[in-house]
Amino acid sequence: MKRGLTRKTRRLWLVVFCLGGLGITTALVLNAFSSNIVFFMAPSQVRAHPPGSDRTIRLGGMVVAGSVKRETEGETPIARFDVTDGQAAIPVRYAGILPDLFREGQSVVAIGEMKGDGSFRASEVLAKHDETYMPKEVAEALKRSGKWDPRFGKAPDAASWDTMTRAEARQMDTKTAQAGG
Amino acid sequence: MRQAKGFREAHFAVCPLVTSNVRSAAEGAGARIIVTLPATSRIPPQTARPSRPGFMNRFANPGQFMRLSSVLLPWLSGAAVLTLTVGIIWGLFYAPADWQQGDTVRIMYVHVPMAWLASLGYFSLAVCGALSLIWRHPLADLAALEIGPVGAVATFICLATGSLWGEPMWGTWWVWDARLTSVLVLFFLYLGHIALIRAFDEPARGYRAAAILAIAGAVDLPIIKFSVQWWNTLHQPDSITLTGAPTMSMTMLAPLFICMAGFSLGFAAVVMARLRAALMETRARQLLSRRHADREAA
Repeated sequence: MKRGLTRKTRRLWLVVFCLGGLGITTALVLNAFSSNIVFFMAPSQVRAHPPGSDRTIRLGGMVVAGSVKRETEGETPIARFDVTDGQAAIPVRYAGILPDLFREGQSVVAIGEMKGDGSFRASEVLAKHDETYMPKEVAEALKRSGKWDPRFGKAPDAASWDTMTRAEARQMDTKTAQAGG
Repeated sequence: MRQAKGFREAHFAVCPLVTSNVRSAAEGAGARIIVTLPATSRIPPQTARPSRPGFMNRFANPGQFMRLSSVLLPWLSGAAVLTLTVGIIWGLFYAPADWQQGDTVRIMYVHVPMAWLASLGYFSLAVCGALSLIWRHPLADLAALEIGPVGAVATFICLATGSLWGEPMWGTWWVWDARLTSVLVLFFLYLGHIALIRAFDEPARGYRAAAILAIAGAVDLPIIKFSVQWWNTLHQPDSITLTGAPTMSMTMLAPLFICMAGFSLGFAAVVMARLRAALMETRARQLLSRRHADREAA
């Protein structure tokens, strides 16, 4: 009965099994190294498992609204802000120029080390923009109508705004302005 | 003399691609590629069982491919140029700027299609590998030979535009996060494939090794796709998902889709043109080597 297996079918199964085996191996390896593949640690993770002092880590989270304080020490700008993942917040100090996308409510990744007092000394700050793309007019309309405050995080459900054209957004904006004024 | 020998070897290697279809090619009226086997062929004689061309081999006949592609290629190229012109002009000049990224967001209209083509190109390499290893499809090896460099260029453009985009937005040209690293691995897989498929004097060996590499390397594709979900990365997750509404304004999504369609058509046209050129080159070499052999015999 087995002679029904043609050479083609045998080769097909061979390739399928090899690919399956390779896939499972890769999955296991990636799973085992998963903690090394993640790009950053969240504040609550850092709090739960504090890394050794002087160990460089990447801390990722959202910049807490109202926490950003900028000053200058001589020529270098200094920024202090809190980074949160919703469960814990860690104060960060960074000396240098922040990326353009840095703002309150933005996700950032700070590279540096934890200090003994529980604060984070960053040597580099990267801005991590999220997956929302919208025209300025739409963002303005959402902000003015009170549907979204970018300082407190993500944009509202995409279905509520992604079909809005710029003209519609401007219209909505004027209406809100009239109602408000 | 050395060169002639090289020609003949290439000729023999291509022969298995053609022998199985010699009959059907000869039957097809006006077939442009008809290969007459040299008497000294090293190819074992085909089994006596008459094989009817199944689904897999229907387009396996190079002559049929040449006829079909000569009609298809101008349309494909025209459609690609037209779509790309509309998409690029719409994307670069008429689509709105992003509320926080400004005009930098327009890099997307090149970056995203290239990322898509990088994955699609490698997937088609893997499909060609399977067609070659399992079904011994005569065109699959040549297609893999021609897809490789085009896919590698797409991957390189994807990485380069991503880097140019990352500097002003993230504040860095490059980070070793899961998404960026897995795409870099894909680029090296392409380079490996390009080198391996051309590495042997006997082309059939290279085809076979490259087919195995292409299939094994396909494991990287789901890693690229899901890297932004499985691990936290600097690269943002996908804006276009199967489950939810796209988190991108339609005013940007429409030109993006047109650009993706345009670049994909262009990719297909370039691969098809390269494949036609490769088949014609094979044929020219066969003619040359035959003439050479005739002259030597005389």
